[in-house]
Amino acid sequence: MLSHLRALEAESIYILREVAAEFARPVMLYSIGKDSSVMLRLAQKAFFPGNIPFPLLHVDTTYKFGEMIRFRDWYPRSIGAELRVHTNRQAIAEGANPIALGTSRCCSLLKTRALLDALAEGGYDAAFGGARRDEEKSRAKERIFSFRDQFGQWDPKNQRPELWSLYNARIDKGQSIRVFPLSNWTELDVWHYIHIENIPVVPLYFAKVREMIVRNDTLIPPEHNVIPLLPGEKPQPVMCRMRSLGCTPCTGAIRSEADTAPKIIEELLRFRRSERENRIIDHDQEGSMELKKREGYF
Amino acid sequence: MLVAETRPSAAVSIEEFLEQEASKELLRLSTAGSVDDGKSTLIGRLLYDAQGIYEDQLAGIRKSKVNRSTGPIDFSLLTDGLRAEREQGITIDVAYRHFSTPKRKFIIADTPGHEQYTRNMATGASTASLAVVLVDARNGVLPQTRRHATISSLLGIPRLVLAVNKMDLAGYSREVFEQIRADFLAFAGGLGFAGMLAIPVSALEGENVARRGTGMPWYDGPSLLEHLETVPVAGRRFDQPLRFAVQYVIRPDQHFRGYAGQVASGAVRKGDPVLVLPGGQRSQVASITTFDGEMARATAPDSVIITLEDERDISRGDMLVHPEALPQIARHFEAHLVWMTDDPLAKGRSLLVKHTTQQVSARVQSIESKLDIHTMVRKPAPVLELNDIGIVRIEASRPLFFDPYRENRSTGSFILIDPLTNGTVGAGMILTAIDRRAAGAGRVTSSERQARNGHTPALLALANPALATRLERRLFDHGCQVMAMENSEAASALRDAGLIVIGSAFEDPRAVDLNLLPLPKDEEAAVDALIAYLEQQGILFTDRFSSGEGI
Ligand SMILES: Nc1nc2c(ncn2[C@@H]2O[C@H](COP(=O)(O)OP(=O)(O)OP(=O)(O)O)[C@@H](O)[C@H]2O)c(=O)[nH]1
Ligand SMILES: [Mg+2]
Repeated sequence: MLSHLRALEAESIYILREVAAEFARPVMLYSIGKDSSVMLRLAQKAFFPGNIPFPLLHVDTTYKFGEMIRFRDWYPRSIGAELRVHTNRQAIAEGANPIALGTSRCCSLLKTRALLDALAEGGYDAAFGGARRDEEKSRAKERIFSFRDQFGQWDPKNQRPELWSLYNARIDKGQSIRVFPLSNWTELDVWHYIHIENIPVVPLYFAKVREMIVRNDTLIPPEHNVIPLLPGEKPQPVMCRMRSLGCTPCTGAIRSEADTAPKIIEELLRFRRSERENRIIDHDQEGSMELKKREGYF
Repeated sequence: MLVAETRPSAAVSIEEFLEQEASKELLRLSTAGSVDDGKSTLIGRLLYDAQGIYEDQLAGIRKSKVNRSTGPIDFSLLTDGLRAEREQGITIDVAYRHFSTPKRKFIIADTPGHEQYTRNMATGASTASLAVVLVDARNGVLPQTRRHATISSLLGIPRLVLAVNKMDLAGYSREVFEQIRADFLAFAGGLGFAGMLAIPVSALEGENVARRGTGMPWYDGPSLLEHLETVPVAGRRFDQPLRFAVQYVIRPDQHFRGYAGQVASGAVRKGDPVLVLPGGQRSQVASITTFDGEMARATAPDSVIITLEDERDISRGDMLVHPEALPQIARHFEAHLVWMTDDPLAKGRSLLVKHTTQQVSARVQSIESKLDIHTMVRKPAPVLELNDIGIVRIEASRPLFFDPYRENRSTGSFILIDPLTNGTVGAGMILTAIDRRAAGAGRVTSSERQARNGHTPALLALANPALATRLERRLFDHGCQVMAMENSEAASALRDAGLIVIGSAFEDPRAVDLNLLPLPKDEEAAVDALIAYLEQQGILFTDRFSSGEGI
């Protein structure tokens, strides 16, 4: 492998092992996306020839793409990983959706609340996330071992110093650490690694003709049809792919011909816009990612 | 990450491009300097000019309500990503940004200048191999500049760039730049950087940031980016001895027992003899296992699994080394320490030491000295306060296996954790093991001498013989080890023995020239002024001199 990716891989494996050694009940947040796929492969590598010594947890909002759910139910099991799924049933029963509640309240119930409940129920003291520092400006500030108080909240003004690769894993009961083994990876590194390692990812990342609602520059997936159609609007076939995966109402597709990892990489190099741009949720207000993260979102 | 101008051309396949891309060298750098000197603005400007910013991110900043700069775009907002940072207009915690040019990849740690957040600056600097220290051309070198440069040097960052910023507000004056450069070199020259370069810049105008500007035709050196693209990156050293700290034991079944860890330094081959610390048993490497198959040889920083020929009781915290190249093994050691919490560190305090994959309880045996950031002199001190840099002696409850930090960043570094608050309260860089019998016995150290004498050693150049005699008498009466004499060579030797030597002139560059001081005519008053100056310079320890009778 090329030296740069090899160094990133070695660092991530080191982080994964530190957590397994220092915490009683770690869990890996599995979001089914490309970063989770890379993180999962790194976990396989870290504990080979043993099994991954912690479960995966998917927080299911019920608004995920069908293709994501199919992938989730197939791939982790095929490599012997244990997957747990948690949904905020009560909120769903009360009809939570981004149109009715607004994206920020919807996320807060179906993602943040659900996540915090799942972590508390499982008694997990460390949770891995696949976030990268190059994704977003508040993520650029995050430690690799990021402390959370007993309410699962982040205090970005008062983070523990983190020098070298000496990670402080000390916590009191009820507190936890979020761990980000991919902190130093870029979007390009992730695709490059997926390519050379041949890591399976959800097919939605690859371009193909799909039915989309075309509204100005935005391609809205019609699945889980909560977004009301405007008069005369109906889904039409578009050659497109997803650059990042989330809930269908809040994730737009991009027009693209890139149907292989190398073509995606080529496309990335031409991009002048960030990968989170077609995510509606980061944009609803200035600093919204930070606010969500403070509340306990990943 | 954005890759400026590095799109594959039609002639190059994407595979070839990726290969080139991945074989580019990586330079990790961190910013440093006092609050508001323009660190974040400089990094924002660099990213902008090197096309390392996405359009939607730029649009977000253009739209922002906050703009503290005098230009159309407040570049500091590119790294100051927290709400509190935007509201207060300062950086609070380190931000990591990636960017890439056709020549190199970079990870930039933009750190805070505010003294309160020095710990976050140290966080960013601990993984950097180049420090960009900023100075505001209007303010010159400040105590925080010295603190950051010192921390950068203690952390073993080999290279430093002094960026004299806001040259637009100093009329792009060559004199201003030269003066700051000289002031900076006067103290940083002794910090041991392998390479230093001073560049006059305007982060706001982009002068000498990614391109050479027109504002300073007198400057003929490289722009910051040109320098970053060409400065030698310290290559990985394979000649270091093997250090492999066991992180985790992998035992899927009765047949396999593997020790998982990262090669911290050196290399290991299948068949190599190894010694297991702390037990001292010898064995041989049976295999180097990975998910991708067995390896014949692993080198730093590979994460691998090692199996040994013999069944051994090895667990996390143990270390595999080459039997012929042992680290130091000791419970007592001396280290540089940056103290990072409000509650001062006093001798006797119990803490946890996290070092490689060990975590052990420990006690601070003594505080040997603390660095006075105003004078850059080490003095005895009863405690280390928040952001102080000192030398301490630590006693651990179990032996640690380490190398001096300047030889090995992985096995020479440790953090201190407060067992009550769980906070990370100190960052340490090991100097050497202390033989327990030698502590308080054996060779007398320079700091022991200073503690007894109440002053540091010094050579004081004073041409007026009458004044020299009076100063000698005054210092002597106050218990100093002092001698007025004219033999320059002997004077240097006496200085090494801890004395203050007064003479008309010295060849030794360490001499302090008192002749240039403006002194009152009256000789007694002149001696008073000299004593005050020596106190201010940290040569005479204040607690001993001012607060007693006599002076
Ligand atoms: N005129 C002028 N102003 C500058 C220049 N560089 C920075 N500034 C201004 O100086 C102020 C401080 O800039 P920052 O970039 O936030 O300083 P900093 O060093 O990052 O501050 P901390 O991170 O809080 O320590 C802002 O108002 C900038 O617009 C420059 O080259 N020229
Ligand atoms: Mg700043």
